[in-house]
Amino acid sequence: MSSEIYERMRVNPKFKELVSTRGRFAWTLSIIVLVLFYGFVLMVAYNPTALGQPVSDGSMLTVGVAAELFLFIFFWTLSALYVNRANTEFDAMTQEVIKQARREDK
Amino acid sequence: MRRLTHLVHALGLFVFCAMAYAGPPVEGAMEKQSTNWHAIIMFCIFVALSMGITYWASSRTKTTSDFYTAGGGITGLQNGLAIAGDYMSAATLLGLTALVYGKGFDGYLYMLSFFAGWPIILFLMAERLRNLGRFTFSDITAFRLDQGKVRTMAAISSLVVVCFYLIAQMVGAGQLIKLLFGLDYNIAIFGVGILMMVYVTLGGMVATTWVQIIKACMLLSGGTLAMLLAFSQFGFSFHTLMEKATAVHTLGFKLMTPGGLLSNPINAISLGLGLMFGTAGLPHILMRFFTVTDAKEARKSVLYASGFVAYFFNVIFLMGLCAILIVGQNPEFFEGGTVGGKLIGGGNMVAMHLAKAVGGDMLLGFMAAVAFATILAVVSGLALAGASAISHDIYARVIKKGTASEASEIRASKIATICLGFVAIILGILFEKQNVAFMVGLAFGVAAAANFPVLILSMFWKGLTTRGALFGGYGGLLSAVAFVVLSKSVWVDVLGYKEALFPFTQPALFAMPIAFLLAYIFSKSDSSARAKSEISAFDDQYIRGQTGFGASGASKH
Repeated sequence: MSSEIYERMRVNPKFKELVSTRGRFAWTLSIIVLVLFYGFVLMVAYNPTALGQPVSDGSMLTVGVAAELFLFIFFWTLSALYVNRANTEFDAMTQEVIKQARREDK
Repeated sequence: MRRLTHLVHALGLFVFCAMAYAGPPVEGAMEKQSTNWHAIIMFCIFVALSMGITYWASSRTKTTSDFYTAGGGITGLQNGLAIAGDYMSAATLLGLTALVYGKGFDGYLYMLSFFAGWPIILFLMAERLRNLGRFTFSDITAFRLDQGKVRTMAAISSLVVVCFYLIAQMVGAGQLIKLLFGLDYNIAIFGVGILMMVYVTLGGMVATTWVQIIKACMLLSGGTLAMLLAFSQFGFSFHTLMEKATAVHTLGFKLMTPGGLLSNPINAISLGLGLMFGTAGLPHILMRFFTVTDAKEARKSVLYASGFVAYFFNVIFLMGLCAILIVGQNPEFFEGGTVGGKLIGGGNMVAMHLAKAVGGDMLLGFMAAVAFATILAVVSGLALAGASAISHDIYARVIKKGTASEASEIRASKIATICLGFVAIILGILFEKQNVAFMVGLAFGVAAAANFPVLILSMFWKGLTTRGALFGGYGGLLSAVAFVVLSKSVWVDVLGYKEALFPFTQPALFAMPIAFLLAYIFSKSDSSARAKSEISAFDDQYIRGQTGFGASGASKH
C-alpha cells in the first residue's frame, strides 16, 4: 500500500520540484561552507604569516582572528537561512505532495 | 517495580552523599583547595535536581520509544540545548580554555573546526536522519540492507566509539573530581558510574535529555558570567585585552598567528575532516535527531545547538585570553608561587583558576559543579547510545529478529546500561595513569571513518549493497584504529617505540577514503539477487527520506 503512495509521490512533478530546489539550495550552502572552511585551513597551513597581520595599522585584531569570527557568524547565518526556508517553503511543498498522494488513495 | 525504583533512587542519593561526606581533602596536595564545600553543595543541588527529574521521568518511561527517544516529544529548543550539552564536554570547557591560554589563535581554530561540521549536518543530513531513523542510526544504515549483518556492524562501531569516548570522559572525570572536590580517584569514578546508571536505567532518554538541558544552561550561564567578570577588568575592550596579553605572553604578537598546531597541511585537513564528519558519526549525537517530533524540529534543534556551540566557543576564546593576564600573571595560581612555572592542578585548570580569580569561591564552586555535571551528563548520553546499540540493534533486531517484546527490550537496555557502567568504571580505573588525550581523537576518527561513510552512502547512494556496507564499515573501523595505533600518540607516547609508523596525527584523511572506496568497490561488484532487491528498495527509502511520509511520529502521552 505505502509503496503505491510512494510511487504516486515519485511521479508527482511537485515532488521533483521539491527535491531539485531543496537539493540545489542545500548543496550550494554546503559547498560554500566546505570551500570557505577548507580554504581557511589551507591558508593556515600554507600562509600563516598573512593571517597574522593586523587588520589595520595599530589594530590588535589579526586577519586570522577576524576571519574566524566571521566564519562562525557566517556559517550560523547560512544555517538560519536554510532552516527558515526549509521550515516554510519546503515543508509546505512536502505537505502538498503528501496530501495529493493521500487524496488519490481514496 | 515502583518500590524498587524508589529504593534505587534513594540508594543513588545515599551513595552520592557518602561520596560527598568523604570529601574534605585528605591528601596534602589538595589542602590549598579550601573551597571544596561550595562546589560540593552546589553539586549536591544539581544531583538532587537531576534525581528529582529522573524520578519524574521514570514514571513517563514505559515504552521503548520513551526509553530511547523520550517518546519523540522533545521540542527543537530543548533538543538544541541537549545536543549542545552532549557536544560540549568538560574537555571542551577546560581543554579549550587551556588551549587558547597557551596558544591563542590555534585554540580558536580548533574550535572553528569543531563547529564547522554542524552546518553540513543541517544541510545534508538532519532531515533524512529524522525521516528515516527511529531509535539508533543503524535503523538508517540497515533500512534496506541485511538487518542482521549491517546492524551488527553499525552496533560494533558505535560501541567502539562510545567506549573510547567513555574512557576519555571517565579518566578526565576522576582527575577533575580529585582535584576540585578532594575526592579519591576511585571513589570519583564509582560515583560518576553509579549516578550515570541511575539516570539512564530509571529515566531513559527523558531523564538524560533533561539532565543535559540543565547542565547546558549551567555551562552557558557560568561561562558567560566568568567571561563578563574577566572581560570587565579590561573595560570590555578587545584592543586593551590584546595589547596587554600579547605584551606578557611568551608568544608575543604571534599569539594571534597560526602556530605549530596545524603547520602540516595534511594534518590540518585531516583534523578538519575528522572533527567535521566525526561529529556526524557520533552515535550519542545522532540519537538526538530521533527525539524530536519531525524534520522541522530536527532542523531547529541543529540551528539552536550550533548557535549555542558557536556562542560558547567565542566565550571560551575570551576566557582563555583574559586568563593569560588574570591567571598567568598571578603567583597565587602557580606551584611555589613562581609566575610562568607549573599551574596548580595542571594546565587544564585555567578555566577554574579564572573563575576563582574573578568570582571568588562562589564562582569557582559553581564552575566546578558545572564541570562535574557536564561529565555526568555526557557520560549518561554515551551510555544510553551504547545501551541502545546493544539492546535495540543487537538484542532486539539481530538476536530476536524483531520478535522481542517492548518490556524485554527495555530490560535488555537497562542491563546493557549497567554493564556499560561497570565497563566504564573498570576502564576508568585501568587508564588512570595513561595519557588519554588521544582517546577523543580516536573516537572522532572512528566515527568519521566507520559510521559516517556508510551512513551517508545509505542515504544518498542508490547502489550501496549489504556487501559494500560491510566492507566499508569494517574497513573504515579497522583502518581508523590502525592509523591511530601506529601514530605518534599511541605508538610512541603509550607503547614507547622510537618512531611512529604512521607519520600523521589524524587518521580521517586516510581512513575515510578507504571506507568510501571499499563500500563502492564491493557494492559495484555485488551482482547477487539480494543486491538487486536492495538497490530497488532505495526508491521508497528516498521518497520517505525526502518527504518524511511513513516516518515514525511522536507518541502521545
